[in-house]
Amino acid sequence: MCGVAGYLKLKDGPEPDPVILNLMASQLVHRGPDGQGFYVDDTIGLAHTRLSIIDLEGGAQPIHDKDERYWIVFNGEIFNYIELRQELINAGAEFYTHSDTEVILQAFIKYDLDFVNKLNGQFSIAIWDKLDKRLIMVRDRVGIVPLFYQLNKECLFFASEIKSILAATGNRKLNIKALDQLFTFWAPVSPETMFDGVLELSPGHLFEYKNGQIDIKRYWEWSYDNKTEDDFSKVDEKAEELQSLLTDATQIRLRSDVPVGAYLSGGLDSSIITSIIKNNTNTPLRSFSIQFEDKGLDESQHQQLLIDSLKADHSSIKCSYNDIAKNFLDTIWHTEAPILRSAPVPMGMLSGLVNRMGYKVVLTGEGADEVFGGYDIFKESKIRSFWAKNKESVIRPLLLKKLYPYLDVSPGKAQVYLQKFFGVGIDTPDLSYFSHLPRWITTSKIKEFYSESTKESLKSVNSFDSLESYLPDYVKKYNTFHRAQYIESKTLMSGYLLASQGDRMLMKNSVEGRFPFLDHRVIEFGSGLHPKFKMFGLQEKFLLKKSMGALLPNKIVKRYKQPYRSPDIASFINDDELGYVSDLLSEKRVKEYGYFDVNRVKFLLKKIRAGRAIGYKDNMAFMGILSTQALHYLFIERFNDRITV
Amino acid sequence: MSAEMELRSYVLENYLFTDDQSQLNNEDSFMDKGIVDSTGILEIITFIEDEYDISVEDSEMIPENLDSINNLVKYLEKKKA
Repeated sequence: MCGVAGYLKLKDGPEPDPVILNLMASQLVHRGPDGQGFYVDDTIGLAHTRLSIIDLEGGAQPIHDKDERYWIVFNGEIFNYIELRQELINAGAEFYTHSDTEVILQAFIKYDLDFVNKLNGQFSIAIWDKLDKRLIMVRDRVGIVPLFYQLNKECLFFASEIKSILAATGNRKLNIKALDQLFTFWAPVSPETMFDGVLELSPGHLFEYKNGQIDIKRYWEWSYDNKTEDDFSKVDEKAEELQSLLTDATQIRLRSDVPVGAYLSGGLDSSIITSIIKNNTNTPLRSFSIQFEDKGLDESQHQQLLIDSLKADHSSIKCSYNDIAKNFLDTIWHTEAPILRSAPVPMGMLSGLVNRMGYKVVLTGEGADEVFGGYDIFKESKIRSFWAKNKESVIRPLLLKKLYPYLDVSPGKAQVYLQKFFGVGIDTPDLSYFSHLPRWITTSKIKEFYSESTKESLKSVNSFDSLESYLPDYVKKYNTFHRAQYIESKTLMSGYLLASQGDRMLMKNSVEGRFPFLDHRVIEFGSGLHPKFKMFGLQEKFLLKKSMGALLPNKIVKRYKQPYRSPDIASFINDDELGYVSDLLSEKRVKEYGYFDVNRVKFLLKKIRAGRAIGYKDNMAFMGILSTQALHYLFIERFNDRITV
Repeated sequence: MSAEMELRSYVLENYLFTDDQSQLNNEDSFMDKGIVDSTGILEIITFIEDEYDISVEDSEMIPENLDSINNLVKYLEKKKA
């Protein structure tokens, strides 16, 4: 991956200034430490910071066509570039590099906007047609690679990270509407970001500027079919098809001119990827993992099982409570958004290890849970739908006890409270976000800490309504399971897992993540499966296990799905508490920044210091408040001290 | 301080994060008002077990005993009797 940035002069705007362009690129050096390149004419400036992975000698950007009419900057990888290059050569295209970037440009020249449908990869791309003064920007289908923009009357600014845009424009204010969305769905609803005026180009979308007009359209969508067949006589055939698809998706993600490693969490998904690398490729298996001081969260036993079984050359890093506190501010600088749990911090430490070991690329198991039905929220939704069909049943809600057994303080301990918690919305099973109501209502409890001024700013805002209007009508016709998959992929996965916990934590240490489960062919295969192939009874990822289970130790396949977690409050409030924690949560700062109620924050801290905050809700409130305060501190108060000039 | 006042103060400070007495009526249902969720009720149980030296049995973890200040006070009186 790399960093891209640029700005386009609109009708009455000033001509692009190389100094500003350089300032924008300077904020993205961590994304591309191996080189920088610029293109400037009287209308546009393009900048690129390079992490060199393919065509180390010839791949410097911006890249242009033979006549220097078209110019491109690109962040990402096109995994089918070898085949696509040959197709273009056969059609008469000429190449001066061996990079995937030039393949994109030639594909655009040949197919115009349809070029994007030819790409199998992860990308944000900007292509400038100097003759027609036309700018095309595209982002990959699911949101692996970021791309942000800000539009004013004079200019369009765009960049891989928001800080690059803020450095150029100087306009920095937190977006309270997006904060409210994040305090509901864990991420702003695309295209909103945490900063006023800055939008993201939504995953699967294409942006075109031509003749002074901007047109943004969707070119790809998570798409499900309610009529998929549930014929179990075809289960072996489908399992074989999936195995072949996943193997190919992994193999093409090993294409690289630098060595490629893999994350190994101890869970099913990364085990599948590492096993494919071991068994189906010539790539030596180099793996990396994180371990925790907190035994309840540590998965090193399962990791070791895999390391022994695959004979992997493995490195791990141990994360203590204090490591999380020490790395937290730097993490928020990169997430550019509040976080409701500390989980991104260890992921940033892990990519640091990968970087120190001399690796630039890792494969991970991200996406399997969304595509093949692995999360407990799908189970939860299935049980609640079953219960909703007979609300008076005493037996049906007993199934709720099957949920979340890995939590120390599981909601499953007291049945009557469990029913109350998961019974939210039980009368409205047709509501488009029925599956996610319990989670979102719990998350929304953070809003009880809002200050009066925040409440005032949000008095006409309802985040649930904003999501409802964001969901296309056809999604409302999906069955409950598919709707849950759609919502999970479009909110938590693209907005948080691939962003704050994904790209930003990898790229802060110049490491590129590659995700075979998010190959669009794998997603489309998964979307075409009947829900029963994903969750059979309450067995999650049924077909995936059937397809790939034989490659893995039985203990890994049979293991109860345990999501990746890291310690929250315990990392910050302890005997070695760091000064910034009490400072950011002090009455003075809370009042000065104005987002939260001073008194309520004080009582939350009192509860935490008394050791009484044991639940999910208090942990999330603490993380949400601390990270919002940190975001303000870093981006509003101290921005000019942090940026690279 | 009476058990009622102690419990009010505990619930106000730890679940509503305020000392404003007007925010909680003694008959308010913790569940219906969204004051506590299933993990919150486990915290309340831990609190009353520690403060009043009692043991809450599984069969006693029901709203009739735990779901309002009034219910808690009555339950504690019964346990202490």
